[in-house]
Amino acid sequence: MTSVAAVHTLWTMADGAAGSPLAPDGPGRIPAPHIEYAQLAPTLIVLGAAVLAVIVEAFWPRRGRYYAQVLLSVVALAAAFAAVIGLAAGGFGTTKAQIAAMGALAVDGPALFLQGTILLVSLIAVFTFAERRLDPAAHGRPVDSFAAQGAAVPGGEAEKAAVKAGFTTTEVFPLALFAIGGMLVFPAANDLLTLFVALEVFSLPLYILCALARRQRLLSQESAVKYFLLGAFSSAFLLFGVALLYGYAGTVTYAGIAEVVSDGAKQIDPALADTMGNDALLLIGGALVVMGLLFKVGAVPFHMWTPDVYQGAPTPVTGFMAAATKVAAFGALLRLLYVALPGLRWDWRPVMWGVAILTMLAGAVIALTQTDVKRLLAYSSIAHAGFILAGVIATSKDGISSVLFYLLAYSFVTLGAFAVVTLVRDAGGEATQLSKWAGLGRRSPLVAAVFAVFLLAFAGIPLTSGFAGKFAVFKAAAESGAGWLVVIGVLSSAVAAFFYIRVIVLMFFNEPKADGPTVAVPSPLTMTAIAVGVVVTLVLGVAPQYFLDLAGQAGVFVR
Amino acid sequence: MNPINYLYLAALLFTIGAAGVLIRRNAIVLFMCVELMLNACNLAFVAFSRLHGNLDGQIIAFFTMVVAAAEVVVGLAIIVTIFRTRHTASVDDASLMKL
Repeated sequence: MTSVAAVHTLWTMADGAAGSPLAPDGPGRIPAPHIEYAQLAPTLIVLGAAVLAVIVEAFWPRRGRYYAQVLLSVVALAAAFAAVIGLAAGGFGTTKAQIAAMGALAVDGPALFLQGTILLVSLIAVFTFAERRLDPAAHGRPVDSFAAQGAAVPGGEAEKAAVKAGFTTTEVFPLALFAIGGMLVFPAANDLLTLFVALEVFSLPLYILCALARRQRLLSQESAVKYFLLGAFSSAFLLFGVALLYGYAGTVTYAGIAEVVSDGAKQIDPALADTMGNDALLLIGGALVVMGLLFKVGAVPFHMWTPDVYQGAPTPVTGFMAAATKVAAFGALLRLLYVALPGLRWDWRPVMWGVAILTMLAGAVIALTQTDVKRLLAYSSIAHAGFILAGVIATSKDGISSVLFYLLAYSFVTLGAFAVVTLVRDAGGEATQLSKWAGLGRRSPLVAAVFAVFLLAFAGIPLTSGFAGKFAVFKAAAESGAGWLVVIGVLSSAVAAFFYIRVIVLMFFNEPKADGPTVAVPSPLTMTAIAVGVVVTLVLGVAPQYFLDLAGQAGVFVR
Repeated sequence: MNPINYLYLAALLFTIGAAGVLIRRNAIVLFMCVELMLNACNLAFVAFSRLHGNLDGQIIAFFTMVVAAAEVVVGLAIIVTIFRTRHTASVDDASLMKL
């Protein structure tokens, strides 16, 4: 290997010396970056509100803090959604799509569509976070789903004192806002550094949120530890992948990497021949980055955390995580594969084939054996990640728009389903044991019927959003020549349909048990969340055309 | 010295960290192994930065340090919470949820 010759002159010459690359504009003359604040408004509003919420948390009197936080979160998310709509109406999704913030963020159709989806879903999720009528009031004060004091040892004196004093963990609102801010950046990230930072910005608050359940705090803390350790492990892999891709291309922008991939070894500096354009770096780096993203979407074989975290986390958080994280992570995966690594598609498509098949089959088959509703929904979310991957594999415009539509449809169904899970309760909190749900349809026909609608949508029965989404994804995959993948996808949908229908049969055709759970009457907040879920599910199922067209228009990445 | 050697060192450190995460049982040690992986990434970034003669890699290293610090804050908080509850930081004992 060439040793000294490989060292660039930048490091061997004094600053300002003749011939030094630094000479023309030295350190004193770094040009100020140009930031398009208007185009980044959705993200800036949410992150600004998150900072404001931290200040509210510190200074607002405890008595009114809950109301202030809920109001701030709802207003911020609604304002950010309005900003997304404004940008889309201004043509930034189609004709005026551009790359903002010095190449760090893309403002284009997929980014705006997914940001809109994330914001709507988060708004509904904040409603379920704010629910205070499900648990019986403690010492005369209403309580929500979160621990009175996260730091107090479960069952200890500190916890009893905190409950008696009526503490509530209103920190969940700023944490959720920070997570949402990261999720908004994630699908829009147009270089690998932004991708990594956004990943951490949305992951770190989620780790904490997982640990804050009011009931069953041991499970909750355990899920947080598992999620944190595995999440940190996978993001380290992602970061090493970023390092290798940087070594390959000499830049971390997606466009720059795509250029080096497609030009091959043509214009490579001979001094950098060891690293730049080295296919080993490209393949290993690309694989590691994709691995980090597949972990976040919960694809097999990186799915191990999903059931445990979904089961242990407070149910509103699980719903938020299952819906919004998946949207953000698939957005980032699409952009990475379609914008940075399209020249590598002959290498990543076969791998994604394998991952998609494994994910669909493993998710559907393992879900058959589950006895806990939250774990069942976790495995169902794994199976759905496989279905969405089928659309990712299509590598066509239809593929992008079908994935966008599927994510929109799936996120509302998931959120609604987990919101229903929070309602079915017994003395120990939520009754998530599937056996306890027997005969629920006899006792509470409305709640059982709503849950049945969500299950049918998961199963992909016509007239629900699940059918329209699955049809779009499989059609895009079949048109791109992935026929076998579609066959396996439909077969595993059939397997999955079995366990969804089994739950419906259990709810409606079994005798209720004497000591079965009761259905709590929620406040309008959770009712709104569930109602929106049902309405979106049915509207997207009965009349999907408008939204398919919308996704179709949005399905072009800016380069 | 040939900067390529630093890449080999980075890969070695990363592997040691990854193996440590898989082998060790104490959550704190696991966490330190993850930090070792992140530092291996930093070394790779800086080495590549020198090879390519642009500053991007060095800037990214700073970002990684900040992210790692944030991760320490969150991670230690979670691990300390579970330690106070269970009086152990072994990840083998955290097995209330089974398949």
